Amino acid sequence: MRVLVTGLSTFWGGRLAQALEARSDVEVIVGLDTRDPRLPLERTEFVRADSSYSILARIVRAAQIDTVLHTHLIVDSTQASGRAAHEINVIGTMNLLAAAGSAGSPVRKVVVKSSALVYGSNYRDPYMFREDMSRTRAPHTNVERTLVEVEAFLRDFAEDNPHVGVTLLRFANVLGDELDTPIATALRMPVVPEILGFDPRVQFVHEDDVVGALMYATGHDIPGIYNVAGNGTMPWSEVCAIVGKRRFALPPLLTNYAIEPLRMMRLLRLPPETLMWLRHGREIDNDRYKKAGFNYKYTTSGTVEAFARGLRLAKTVGDKNPTYRYQREVEDFFRHSPAVIRSLD
Amino acid sequence: MPDTPDRPATIDLAGLDEHAGALLDPLVDEAVLAGEPGRDLVRLRPSPEPVPPIEGERRSDVDRWGRSEHVRDVARQIYDPLYRYWHRVEWEGFEHVPTEGGALLVSNHAGAIPSDAPAIMHGVETQLGRPVYGLAENLFRAIPGLGTMWSRLGGVAAHPDNAYRLLHDEQQLALVFPEGTKGTGKHYSQRYQLHRFGRGGFVEIAMRSGVPVIPIAVVGSEEAMPILWKSNRLAKLLNIPYFPVTANMLVMGPLGIVATFPAKLRIRVLPPVHFNLPPNQERYSRARVMDESEHIRRLIQDALYDMLRTRRSVWFG
Repeated sequence: MRVLVTGLSTFWGGRLAQALEARSDVEVIVGLDTRDPRLPLERTEFVRADSSYSILARIVRAAQIDTVLHTHLIVDSTQASGRAAHEINVIGTMNLLAAAGSAGSPVRKVVVKSSALVYGSNYRDPYMFREDMSRTRAPHTNVERTLVEVEAFLRDFAEDNPHVGVTLLRFANVLGDELDTPIATALRMPVVPEILGFDPRVQFVHEDDVVGALMYATGHDIPGIYNVAGNGTMPWSEVCAIVGKRRFALPPLLTNYAIEPLRMMRLLRLPPETLMWLRHGREIDNDRYKKAGFNYKYTTSGTVEAFARGLRLAKTVGDKNPTYRYQREVEDFFRHSPAVIRSLD
Repeated sequence: MPDTPDRPATIDLAGLDEHAGALLDPLVDEAVLAGEPGRDLVRLRPSPEPVPPIEGERRSDVDRWGRSEHVRDVARQIYDPLYRYWHRVEWEGFEHVPTEGGALLVSNHAGAIPSDAPAIMHGVETQLGRPVYGLAENLFRAIPGLGTMWSRLGGVAAHPDNAYRLLHDEQQLALVFPEGTKGTGKHYSQRYQLHRFGRGGFVEIAMRSGVPVIPIAVVGSEEAMPILWKSNRLAKLLNIPYFPVTANMLVMGPLGIVATFPAKLRIRVLPPVHFNLPPNQERYSRARVMDESEHIRRLIQDALYDMLRTRRSVWFG
């Protein structure tokens, strides 16, 4: 297998490249990003490039890539401005798929990490979303709009390229020790926000299951759309109780405007899509991916419990992961110098 | 070592994947065959079931529908005096409510704040000890405080997929009022005149889920909170289905916004309606659905007239 990973410097790109390195049937891993990788990698080739079409098409052909792992989708609007999110999600995916589908392209599999944000969060929603259901209201946040657009591209691509297996994974909200999301940030605060009068049913997926799910899709031929989420839901108040935090209420009316001062003071980092989620919650049906053979490691309650334990540990010992700094020369030495003995069987 | 040749110690290798299991199996069988009698053998066996995911301890009993048995229990205790002494609820034909398996309870709906829903849920839950989920307008979910409370008390948004999961997958009892807000929002002069039963969606759900419909007729809820006047303009302004002025408000003042009159509630459960159709079909004949829907509406309407014929007093039944 010769794999191209987009967004190598994002949390997921890095974790995925590490997991791919451990597999002996993966010959080549090429990672793409504009920033330096943030995780130490053994044999992944890092290419500092943006996702313009001509570069992608050249890389795909030159490295004879047969599998594309598209992890570089912005699913948190605090990470990028609306314009940047559009650039990365919509334009980036468009170029990537064009490169993967160009004449004579060796690509045979595309795996995309999308988000349950495509379903939105609304009081009209069914309590559980299956893969074939669509959202009940048109998206009104930038990130949701771009993700819906990305999925439309992907459908067209799958239709135009029947010889390519396209797997689209929609992940529920992720929790984990190492990941930084608006919800994880909120739960790490001394007091946790809630919206007055709302106690939504929320669902999580553990970060290990996210990596596991992406790896499973890489290693198996399971084209189609799959929801990935831990079993079950629990009320937001219960999540806060397990994490051991008190809650403070945000006003239920005009919430998005009311918290703007708190955002400006950097006391809160809650994007509009998360505010909707704090109001109505969301549950997605994870049955289809189970039937495809994937075994989850954590349920929703297990994910929250693991996160709570991680918080307690971090409270005592601080950050347990030493920070890694990418140094081009050192990394090149390890990868290409004849002096380094590479034992890869 | 205990001498038990027939029962070799078993080690479950839970973490083994299928691949490793396939490699191990023949070796294991050989080892078992080659084993001398009287010696303990270690049988390596890949676990047939995948490892179950790690679960955490729950701090509340809120289920996937947002319902909490604990909250429900407290509510039942508070509501019980109202049920017994205020409305003096009386049932007929209670044996038609199934003690197991899914069923869709279908009833008429009346009163600005309907007293039929809590009475039916309370009665069935206390007598059968099984939960009843009340399907209602999803608008409830959008209201701060009330939406959460409603959900903890067993309210579920009446989305077809929700109803299917409740009835088919979980085989629960679900209560639905096909008249919806047209029933509760009607003027007192139209009391006990059933409105249109929606588009027959409830019949289609019951067919798809393969469960019977249990028609229920309730007398008394119309008089518990009669609507004397409605403001369409205010309703539109507040984006709610109806804005009523009830007799309760005139008699009891502000308390009358929520308090019901002590009308006697009589509930008659009619024999189950079975459809004898295969469940899980993509589509059901529209004509058949409308026929059944109209038939059930007729059954309830006739039962209501029948009950009203024998009713001597609104307050004493």
